[in-house]
Amino acid sequence: MANPVRVKAGYTRAIDFKHGCVEMKHGSGGRAMAQLIQQLFVAAFDNEFLRQSNDQACFQGSNERMVMSTDSYVITPLFFPGGDIGSLAVHGTINDIAMSGATPSYLAASFILEEGFALSDLKRIVDSMAQSAMAAGVPIVTGDTKVVERGSADGVFITTTGIGKIAEGINISGENARPGDKILVSGLLGDHGIAVMALRENLSFQTSIQSDTAALHDLVANMVAAVPTIHVLRDPTRGGVATVLNEIAQQSAVGMMLYESKLPMRAQVNAACEFLGLDPLYIANEGKLIAICGADDAENLLNAMHKHALGKDAAIIGEVIEDTHCFVQMQTRFGGSRVVDWLSGEQLPRIC
Amino acid sequence: MKYIDEFREGGMARKIAARIAAEVDARRRYHFMEFCGGHTHAISRYGLVDMLPDNVQMIHGPGCPVCVLPVGRVENAIQLAQTPELILCTYGDMLRIPTANGMSLLRAKAQGADVRMVYSSEDAIKIAQQNPQQQVVFFAIGFETTTPPTAIAIKKAQALGLHNFSVFCNHVLTPSAISHILQSPEVREFGVVSLDGFIGPAHVSVVIGSQPYQYFAEEFQKPVVIAGFEPLDVLQAILMLIRQINAGRAKVENEFTRAVLPQGNIKAQLLVAEVFELRRSFEWRGLGLVPYSALKIKSCYAEYDAEQRFPVPALSIADNKACECGAILRGIKQPQDCKIFGTVCTPENPIGSCMVSSEGACAAYYSYGRFRNRDLCTVQNN
Repeated sequence: MANPVRVKAGYTRAIDFKHGCVEMKHGSGGRAMAQLIQQLFVAAFDNEFLRQSNDQACFQGSNERMVMSTDSYVITPLFFPGGDIGSLAVHGTINDIAMSGATPSYLAASFILEEGFALSDLKRIVDSMAQSAMAAGVPIVTGDTKVVERGSADGVFITTTGIGKIAEGINISGENARPGDKILVSGLLGDHGIAVMALRENLSFQTSIQSDTAALHDLVANMVAAVPTIHVLRDPTRGGVATVLNEIAQQSAVGMMLYESKLPMRAQVNAACEFLGLDPLYIANEGKLIAICGADDAENLLNAMHKHALGKDAAIIGEVIEDTHCFVQMQTRFGGSRVVDWLSGEQLPRIC
Repeated sequence: MKYIDEFREGGMARKIAARIAAEVDARRRYHFMEFCGGHTHAISRYGLVDMLPDNVQMIHGPGCPVCVLPVGRVENAIQLAQTPELILCTYGDMLRIPTANGMSLLRAKAQGADVRMVYSSEDAIKIAQQNPQQQVVFFAIGFETTTPPTAIAIKKAQALGLHNFSVFCNHVLTPSAISHILQSPEVREFGVVSLDGFIGPAHVSVVIGSQPYQYFAEEFQKPVVIAGFEPLDVLQAILMLIRQINAGRAKVENEFTRAVLPQGNIKAQLLVAEVFELRRSFEWRGLGLVPYSALKIKSCYAEYDAEQRFPVPALSIADNKACECGAILRGIKQPQDCKIFGTVCTPENPIGSCMVSSEGACAAYYSYGRFRNRDLCTVQNN
C-alpha cells in the first residue's frame, strides 16, 4: 500500500469549511477539486481503496478480483455532435472500469429528472444509453429514478456505476509510473471539449469537430494482451491531459516530460484553443486514454493500439522522469521547456 | 496553424537571439519595459529571458487590464452583482479577482448573485434581450482594444431600444499609463527603475496606430518598438530596440507591420470618440490616480451608464499589505521579490490581481514554472 502523496501545506491553502461554499472550481477536475476530495471525502471515508486516488477501486471478490467505479453526468447541452448525455454516461463509467485493465461486466444507472423535462428527450437519451451499452456488451442491470421540482435540476442528471473483473497479475494504477517509462496517448486530443464548447450559446463558432465519446474497454483488452505489465492507464476527461498527468505524477512521486511536437491534435482544435485563449492540454476528452509503460514495452504497446480503430492515431508523447517537485513539463516546439501546471479555476464547466 | 506557427519557430528564434548576442554592447546594460501583459505572457511561456544576454533586462509593465483595476471597482461590481434582479456580465478573468475580504465575483455567484461570463460585449446584449424583466450590466474593462466593442454594444442597445442594458465602464488608456511611468519619481529622479526603451502594445496599436507613441520617443528620448504577441515578434523587437540604442536613436518603429498602421483603425477610433469621453482622473492599481487615463460614457448615452443608473460609490480600498502587485506593476519589483508569491498567493487562491490573469506577471511566472529554483512546491511522502 503506497503512501498518499500530499502537497506541502504552504502551497495550497486548507479549505474553509466553516465559511466557504461550493464553487464551480470544486468540480473542474483541477487543483481545487483534488483538494476537496482529499480534505473532505478521503478524510471522512478513509480506507485503503480510496487512498489510492484512482478513478476506480480494485478489491478481492469471493473468487476473483473485482473493480468498481461510479460517475455522474451533468453535461450541457444534453445533445452534442457525436453523442449525448446517455452515451457519455455509459462510455464514461465503462472507461473508468477499463482503466484498471479490467473487463467491465455490469452497469447501474440512476436518473435525477427535473419536473417538466420532455419525455421525448428522455426517451432519446435512454435509447442512446441502451444502444451504447449493447454495442459495448455491458448490460445496464439495475437503476433508480427520482424527480425533483422545476428549477431544482437542469433537465436530467445521470449517475452510472459499473463493476468489472480483473485478471490475476494485472496491476495498473496511478502510483506505478517509474522514471524512464514512456507516456502514450490513444488518439487526437481535445475533440470532446471543443465540440461541446462550440454549441454553448455564448460561443458562436462553427466547427465540424465531433465528440470522441467511446467505450475504450476493447482497446484496453488488446493493449493488456500485448503488454500485461502496463503501469498506468487513465482517461483524460475533465481537466484534460495536463490534469491527469499531474495527478499521476503526484501519485507516483515522479516528474513527466512531454514533447509538444508529438501531441496528436486536429488543426481545428488547435485553432479553436488559440482564439479562445485555452490550452489544448486542459481540454476534456471522452474517448481517449493515457498509458504509461516501461520503455522497452512502448513500441509493442503502440503497435497494439494502432491495430485498433480507437487507437489508430496513438502516439508516444513523453516520458516519466525523476523530479522531487513532481512537475509535469513540456519541451516546446519553440525549444526550451515549460511547466504544465494543474488547471486552476475552471476552463469550462459542465463538460461531462 | 498558418500565420501562427511561423512566429513560434524555434530555429528562427535562435538566429535572432544570436544576432542580439552579437550586437549588444557588453559595456552597458539595456532595460526594456514590455508594456503589455500579452508580451509578458509570451516571454514567460516561451522562456525568452533565457535566450537574452545577461545585460538585457526585461521589466514587466502594467498593461494587463485585470491587474490594474483597483479593488474598489471590483467591489463596486460585486455590489452591483448582489443587487436583486440584476445580471452582471463580464470577461472570464474578472470573476476571480479577490477583494480585501476575500470576496470575488465567483464567490458572489456561488452565494447566489447572477454573474455570467461572456466572451464579447455582444453576448451581454443577447442576455439583456433574453431577460427583459431584469437589469443587465456589462462590467467593461480593458485598454483600447476592448473599448470599440463596448461602444458597439451601447449603440446596439440604443438601436434595439433596450432599456435594461447598461455598462459599468472601466476602460483605460495606454499612452497615459506610459506617460505616468516615465514621469514617475522612480524613473526620473531616484533611478530605481532604469528604462531604456519600450516594447509597444500589439493589439492596442492596431486600434490607436503607432502615432501616439511619437511623444515618448521625442519628449523622453526613449525608443518604442511596437511588436506582436508571438515570441519571434518579441525577440525581433528587442533586437530593434538594441539597434536604436546602440545608434543613439529614439524613434517609434513598427515590428507588427502585419496588423498595425501608423493611423490605426480610424473607424474604431471614431466610434469610441462618439460614445466615450475622458475622465479627469482614474485610479490604477499600482500607479494610483492617473490624470486623463480612463474613459467614461458620454452624457448623451447616460441611459446606458451603470454609474448613472445604479449607486456606484467611489471606494478606495487598500491592497493586502503583503501583496506587492503595486510595485510589480510599476516595474520596481519582480514577482519572486514578493514574500507571498507562490506560497500564500497562487492562481488557485490569488491575493493580488497579478496572479489572476494569465497576462499578469505573477501568474505568467508561476504558471510556466519560471520560479522553480525557489523550490516552492516540494512534495513530501508521509
